[in-house]
Amino acid sequence: MAIIINDQTRVLVQGATGNQGSFHTQQMLDYGSKVVAGVSPSKGGREVHGVPVFDTISAAVEQTPVDASILFIPAQLVKDAAFEAMDSGIKTIVIITEHVPVHDAMEIMTYARANGVAIVGPNTFGIISAGKCKMGIMPNRIYMPGKIGIVARSGTLSYEIVNGLTKAGMGQSTVVGLGGDRVVGLSFVDVLKQFEADPETHGVVLVGEIGGNSEEVAAEYIKEMTKPVVAFLAGKSAPPGKRMGHAGAIIERGKGSFAGKVAALEAAGAQVAQLPWEVPELIAGAVLKRKG
Amino acid sequence: MKLHEYMAKSIMNQYGIPVPQGRVAGTPQEVAAIAKELGQVAVKSQVLSGGRGKAGGIKFASTAEEALVIGEELLKADLKGLKIEKVLIEEKIIIDRELYLAIALDGTARKPVLIASAHGGMDIEEVPEEHIVKKHIDVNIGILPFIGREVVRRMGLKDAIGKQVGDIIVKLYKVFKDYDAELAEINPLVISGDKVIAADGKLKLDDEASYRYPEGTPITEERTEREKKAHDLGISYVELEGDIAVMANGAGITMATLDIIQYYGGQARNFMDAGGGAGSEATAKALEILISTQPKVILAIIFGGITRCDDVARAFARVKETMGIPVPVVIRLSGTNEAEGIRILREIGINSYDNIAEAAAKAVELAKAN
Repeated sequence: MAIIINDQTRVLVQGATGNQGSFHTQQMLDYGSKVVAGVSPSKGGREVHGVPVFDTISAAVEQTPVDASILFIPAQLVKDAAFEAMDSGIKTIVIITEHVPVHDAMEIMTYARANGVAIVGPNTFGIISAGKCKMGIMPNRIYMPGKIGIVARSGTLSYEIVNGLTKAGMGQSTVVGLGGDRVVGLSFVDVLKQFEADPETHGVVLVGEIGGNSEEVAAEYIKEMTKPVVAFLAGKSAPPGKRMGHAGAIIERGKGSFAGKVAALEAAGAQVAQLPWEVPELIAGAVLKRKG
Repeated sequence: MKLHEYMAKSIMNQYGIPVPQGRVAGTPQEVAAIAKELGQVAVKSQVLSGGRGKAGGIKFASTAEEALVIGEELLKADLKGLKIEKVLIEEKIIIDRELYLAIALDGTARKPVLIASAHGGMDIEEVPEEHIVKKHIDVNIGILPFIGREVVRRMGLKDAIGKQVGDIIVKLYKVFKDYDAELAEINPLVISGDKVIAADGKLKLDDEASYRYPEGTPITEERTEREKKAHDLGISYVELEGDIAVMANGAGITMATLDIIQYYGGQARNFMDAGGGAGSEATAKALEILISTQPKVILAIIFGGITRCDDVARAFARVKETMGIPVPVVIRLSGTNEAEGIRILREIGINSYDNIAEAAAKAVELAKAN
């Protein structure tokens, strides 16, 4: 099982001939992802690491079926590229790009929601179903197939936690990066619902941070979940009013604070780790306890 | 980017939203000259902070002489730690009633939200929920006049005043959209006789859209010199109060690193997320910024995804060679091209740690010892 992407997912790379696009096409192929096509305007006919490149997505899908697209596209062009993917009928889109104007993100998400398209990102490390398919920029070697689902607002923080889990012998089903922007596609709740329904996932790690209220909204859903959730949140020491790297990571007018999120999650029955390296033990304990 | 009140109101006025007559001034003499023209005036400090009235940044004058004194007083003062460079002098308006109007981002809904209240003039957070009207906006449709009419009805406004407020709602959305705003706020929106006037105006624009701001959009700067330099390099950097300079890649891990430093009893000098694909050169420049803050120790926590560990290591080697690194470096390298990174660092005498706990604890220990 796993969620959102699996070993059958046929992946298209938008911006495949660029520096990052090309590097990560290779990395995704190395991981075993089925990268079937690349798209780069005016570069059709080339190949990137053996993957055929087309001028447009329509040209690509005429040649080969595609299930999901990943964007390595400059921020100013993301809106165009995302709408091209949605217009071509692609239902799963991963937007790696950082610095996408928030008005563009709102337009993309409004259209996506109305048309049943799942958007991961923008400003995400992507998504990986361990051992099956990777659409993203995460380091290949840290993931191990297993039973823990992870959903995170932050990339490198999730790598730390995945690394810790793998070293502790706990593999992952799917790891989803929601993205660090204020407006992103899939939310914690969207992903938690899928983990709850996925028989392969036995427990979930939620990696959140200050700013916004998506952790508080997630807490409402966690109350209904049968699977255990362990959370780790970043930003305990962050001063209010300062944007901590991610556009969404800011405590404004007292909202989005660390303490408020911890309280909401704990009230919902999730355990909140104080330090990232406490996560493996907590989730292992929680999964065991549930199995009784 | 936050705009000053006078900038925001000038833009709103261009879109047909009525604002008080007034002009901005940088010297007491200009203040007096404008006051002479306008009669009774409000003199409003132009700093990028809310709550200016409560902090004493807004004063009233009946004569040009009074305005001169107020100008002298405000224009050499600080308000909430910000230097008052300019004041806005406006005709004093008769206030019959104060309303609130804003269009903001709702990240959870992934849409803009129109927030309106018949109880304006105070912080919207202090207005009871039952007095607030909220309406989410579909960005692919925008605010059509019917939305203005309905919101006005729910605010309890009628007739000519209601019509004016409805029009202002439509116009404010146009400003919000054209300027890629995160927030467009009028508080208070004043009913003055048979007129409706934006007595204050706030605009916060999305930095990521700066390349397409309408021509003539004013620019403000809230960043410190170092923050500006880092921003130009594409690095997120925020100055803090402690003595451990921090470089990490990824906002989440950087925040967590700051938390872990605090956990071990230390304090970070800064937040620095070096990216996101930062090459060797950008990383070297980022390191130079850290050195310039004269920390007691530099802590780098690198987990290579899009960033490659060997690039980071080369940056440290280059800076060490060219300008020297005057304080101890504690570094954790892990991820893409890690082995090569560790090898390069070993060559220049820097040992890498493989876990954050050890690295952070070491950095705190060194900071306390120095």
